[in-house]
Amino acid sequence: MAATAPPGVEAAFGAGGDGALAGLRWAVARDLRLAMRSRAELGVQLLFYVIVVALFPLSMTPERNLLATMGPGVLWVAALLASLLSLPRLFATDHADGTLEQIALSPYPLEALIAGKVLAHWLTTGLPVALLAPLLALQYYLDGESVGVLVAGLLLGTPILSLLGAVGAALTLGLRGGGGSLLALLILPLYVPVLIFGAGAVDSVRAGLGATANLSLLGAGLALALVGTPFAAAAAVRIALD
Amino acid sequence: MLEAHDLAGRRGHADLFAGVGFRLAAGEALVVTGPNGTGKTTLLRMLAGLSAPAAGEIRLNGNKVAPYSQELRSSVAYAGHLPALKDELTAEENLSSLVQLAGAPVAVPELRAALDAVALGRRRNLPARVLSAGQRRRIGLARLAVLRRPVLVLDEPATALDAAGIDLLAKLVHEHLDRGGVAVLATHQSLGLEPERVRSLVLGG
Repeated sequence: MAATAPPGVEAAFGAGGDGALAGLRWAVARDLRLAMRSRAELGVQLLFYVIVVALFPLSMTPERNLLATMGPGVLWVAALLASLLSLPRLFATDHADGTLEQIALSPYPLEALIAGKVLAHWLTTGLPVALLAPLLALQYYLDGESVGVLVAGLLLGTPILSLLGAVGAALTLGLRGGGGSLLALLILPLYVPVLIFGAGAVDSVRAGLGATANLSLLGAGLALALVGTPFAAAAAVRIALD
Repeated sequence: MLEAHDLAGRRGHADLFAGVGFRLAAGEALVVTGPNGTGKTTLLRMLAGLSAPAAGEIRLNGNKVAPYSQELRSSVAYAGHLPALKDELTAEENLSSLVQLAGAPVAVPELRAALDAVALGRRRNLPARVLSAGQRRRIGLARLAVLRRPVLVLDEPATALDAAGIDLLAKLVHEHLDRGGVAVLATHQSLGLEPERVRSLVLGG
């Protein structure tokens, strides 16, 4: 962390540009470092994803066409669940040990700090999920082009999952105990469009229609989520701390 | 430098206090006392900018400040009940991380000197998980010493500290006031502050 030279407090005031970037860097570096210190938990999430994906072919007739039709959907649902699995801890541990108060009181913009936490969450869950997808797709007899579109869809879609999830995680902060299940109820419906366009992209390639429309919609969704969710999550964090 | 007028605090539906006001000039400390549940923490969180007063206003250097305003976030160092430490990180990493989060420049020699000053120099590479409650508190003292913010807001800062720890805390507050800072402390410890620079506020009395 000492490698990133932060600007002084004066610089952090400025127009917010420098301060926002420094805040983002702080949050990414710290959360990645914490994630590296508890690698076992990361491994558990990825293993969960791999096992869920591997269970489906075992539970049905191993017929090529059926598997290739179901594959993208199964991979997407598993990616969704893997993202959801780690969300409750996005803010909860910081809330429990008081770090969240210091984060909210930092001179850096809270939105930038939250964006950094979300980026770290994506780097430790969404990105590995997308990178593992080609390997898991082998089980489902997906052809090369479909796998390419599947990975592109996951790379565009999983950041949306992390961004939307952050709002849900911040909103359920004050709740004791039941936060995790309420978070799932709150967030899973919001994940539906991502699931539809992501799995739909692979379907349309297999039907010979091309994936441009679906991938563009995912890209648009990502742009929207990037702009809106850090502000919503920041507002929710402040409410939780009040 | 720091003043409050007619502050009222509410927690849920309970009115905790009303009409609280004070004025602190540079080098003065406000010591807040009162029985449990009379709103000491609520008042301190308002002054730190974490929550909005139910009524009244807070002024810093003459300017009215709202919760989370940039002015509060860059001048107040707040230490609440929770230590804001990560069990997975070492004492030094925790300190460095918190100092960086507060937007202050991080100089390794300065951090180590601050840890030495709170007698944690030889334990700086231990994960916070294995430190005692008092030692964790001391990391918090080191953080306040490095940050040198003009306003200190400390909620029960003496909790879990031993006699030597309380001396360190008293020294920190003294030096802070000598530099012209102001401090708001919710504590029943006297800290040996000179009566002429202490304002006291008793809640629920």
